[in-house]
Amino acid sequence: MSEVPIPPHRRRAHTSTRDLERYTGLFAERTTVMRSSAMRDLMAITARPEVISLAGGLPDTSTFPPKSFAAQMTRIAQESAAEALQYGPTEGFEETKDCIVEVMGAEGMLVDPHDVIVTTGGQQAIDLICKTLVDPGDVVICEAPTYPGAVPVFCSYQADVVQVECDGDGMRVDLLEQLLEQLRREGRRPKFVYSVPTFQNPAGVTMSLQRRQRLVELARLHELLVVEDNPYGLLRYGGEPLPPLYQLDGGDFVIYIGTFSKILSPGIRLGWAVAPPPVMEKIVLGKQAADLCTSTLTQYFVREYFAEGRWRQYVADLVEIYRGRRDTMLAALREHFPAAATWTEPQGGLFIWATLPEYIDTGDLLAKALRADVAFVPGQAAYIDERGRNSMRLNFSGVSADEIREGIRRIGATIGEQVELYGALTGERPAAARPADPEGADVLPFRKASEGRG
Amino acid sequence: MKVAVLKGGRSLERGVSLRSGARVEDALGRLGHEVVALDVGGDLVKRLDGERPDVAFVAMHGVGGEDGTAQELLEILGIPFTGPGAAACARCMDKSQAKSAIRAAGLPTPDWFAFSQTAFRELGAADALGRLEQGLGFPLVVKPSRGGSSLGVKFAASAAEVPQALVSAFSYDDRVLLERFVEGRELAVSVLGEEALPVVEAIPAQGDSYDFEARYEIGRTRFVCPAELDESQRAAVTEAALATYRTLGCSGFARIDLILTADGPQILEANAIPGLTDTSLLPQAAEAAGLSFEQLVERILDLALKPAPA
Repeated sequence: MSEVPIPPHRRRAHTSTRDLERYTGLFAERTTVMRSSAMRDLMAITARPEVISLAGGLPDTSTFPPKSFAAQMTRIAQESAAEALQYGPTEGFEETKDCIVEVMGAEGMLVDPHDVIVTTGGQQAIDLICKTLVDPGDVVICEAPTYPGAVPVFCSYQADVVQVECDGDGMRVDLLEQLLEQLRREGRRPKFVYSVPTFQNPAGVTMSLQRRQRLVELARLHELLVVEDNPYGLLRYGGEPLPPLYQLDGGDFVIYIGTFSKILSPGIRLGWAVAPPPVMEKIVLGKQAADLCTSTLTQYFVREYFAEGRWRQYVADLVEIYRGRRDTMLAALREHFPAAATWTEPQGGLFIWATLPEYIDTGDLLAKALRADVAFVPGQAAYIDERGRNSMRLNFSGVSADEIREGIRRIGATIGEQVELYGALTGERPAAARPADPEGADVLPFRKASEGRG
Repeated sequence: MKVAVLKGGRSLERGVSLRSGARVEDALGRLGHEVVALDVGGDLVKRLDGERPDVAFVAMHGVGGEDGTAQELLEILGIPFTGPGAAACARCMDKSQAKSAIRAAGLPTPDWFAFSQTAFRELGAADALGRLEQGLGFPLVVKPSRGGSSLGVKFAASAAEVPQALVSAFSYDDRVLLERFVEGRELAVSVLGEEALPVVEAIPAQGDSYDFEARYEIGRTRFVCPAELDESQRAAVTEAALATYRTLGCSGFARIDLILTADGPQILEANAIPGLTDTSLLPQAAEAAGLSFEQLVERILDLALKPAPA
């Protein structure tokens, strides 16, 4: 028996049901609210190579010149190998912060580098902010729909998540106001409002200036924080830029989250948060506990890359490419989606949000679409309750124009079959043709839905 | 022994299948077998021809793996495999076929009507819906005829909700069932060889029954094994499960899902290849019978190599 080979991939010992129960007894309370789902299993199928996936949220990293990447990494290896392979400060390198100040400056924000912490992607910033602010049962307010990746973070801190409807002008701040009043009466304590005000993920909408101003006022009035997550602000394909919430507020009640993921690379896992000094102090302690520091190597890469001075040009190149893909997707939607569907026409970012007739459940539609080798994100991923079941998120940045056209054609055909079937079942005739395109990009209405969660 | 583990494939239940497969590979390795893991795709025959396994362990779920497709191929290639044969798999996978066979054998299963999409699209079947609904009463259950794991299964509380539920169910299959809703305890009986294992009861956490998500989320459904049943209940349930197993021509193993109503068991469906993950019911039942996962896997292999005389 001494020759039993140990398979190199064996990771764990046998888990019996009894073992599982034993572990279950050890799990923290918060794991019971962490979401894992069959939908995730379905999403695993979208990774098959033959599937055209409009489900991703990926920037197109193939546009980054490999030569330039090689040159920068070589320079780091030759000139600063020891430092680049070493730990770094928890807050991040000063040089990285200088790059961040430059990026935020490009959107009109003035920021003190001392208020900045470099994080392992914007996602870690969300986590650290929750870690700093949220006790179990605290209310976290976010948009409906909201960034699907934020929901598990809120849930893992056992937040009581309440969503506020969006329309073509972003979060309905009037509804937020009512909600705050209602929470106050119920004695529930909201800690922060999480918002992606610009080219929102998943809806693609942008909050109007008026609402931005009101939101910042409300934060001041109620002494609550607004977490502004702004990964896409520089990816604008049309229209005039609006001031970020951080700029309007001056950084008193707004915590800002930024990232290099969409303007450079998500693989380098570099993001940041900007927060008032007392909050930052706690965030830094949290970061120290989480992972000591953000990757030194990738911070060196960003430093080198910014020293070249061509980052703005690269963003401009991306904007050209993504604008073309957005337009391709919008044209394909007009051609292939049934008349009863609506969708947002984003002026930037990576996503279009399409809403179908109420009787179509996009989770089930995805199962059908996968048989045609095409995928999208079902809307329910962006809600914590039962809403969003007839909506879908479509990504146009990470796929070629040909794939966009073919993918939308296939999804459209799949929806068409369901519309026709529903017609046969109910005797309702589907609308024959799409009404003329409404003027003005971001104004297509969302499905009317009940407010908040009550 | 050289064992090929067939898993994955294009099914919607690919994720569950990969987990079942990984766990089986682990156990086979510990049992000292030579394991060949095959994520099933276009090169399956080529891979099987190249590897020449002594036996295939089929750990696939859903359409494509559990419906007899892969089994048919294995029969043609002359490779012994675990679980029911191709014909039995096909019968189990198609709920309307399975229910017909169950009813023909005089076994209890809730009333149902089955429809193809063509019936609605081309023959105006919608006009008959009202009569059927009256016959079945509300709430009624709408499910795709072929499909596993509650995917696409919906309740309709009223006639107005039926078309929407049908649209969902037709997303998974061209044939759907409208089934009478029967109230009772949700039980699963795993059969190994010709022997029924202890009964598992699924207790939904918060009225979540029939929710696909709930089945795979730890914590949302509580499983009790052995289920608390008195002797006559246990006998009735076990007997119904074994009779179903034989009626559908299963061999090796299968899991029979049923509802225990006030008037006795009502059979819902048979799963030809029940899940084998950490949280699946067959391994739980086997463990309650004193079989470790390795012993279960070894027994399943034995059954594949020495099929019971028909």
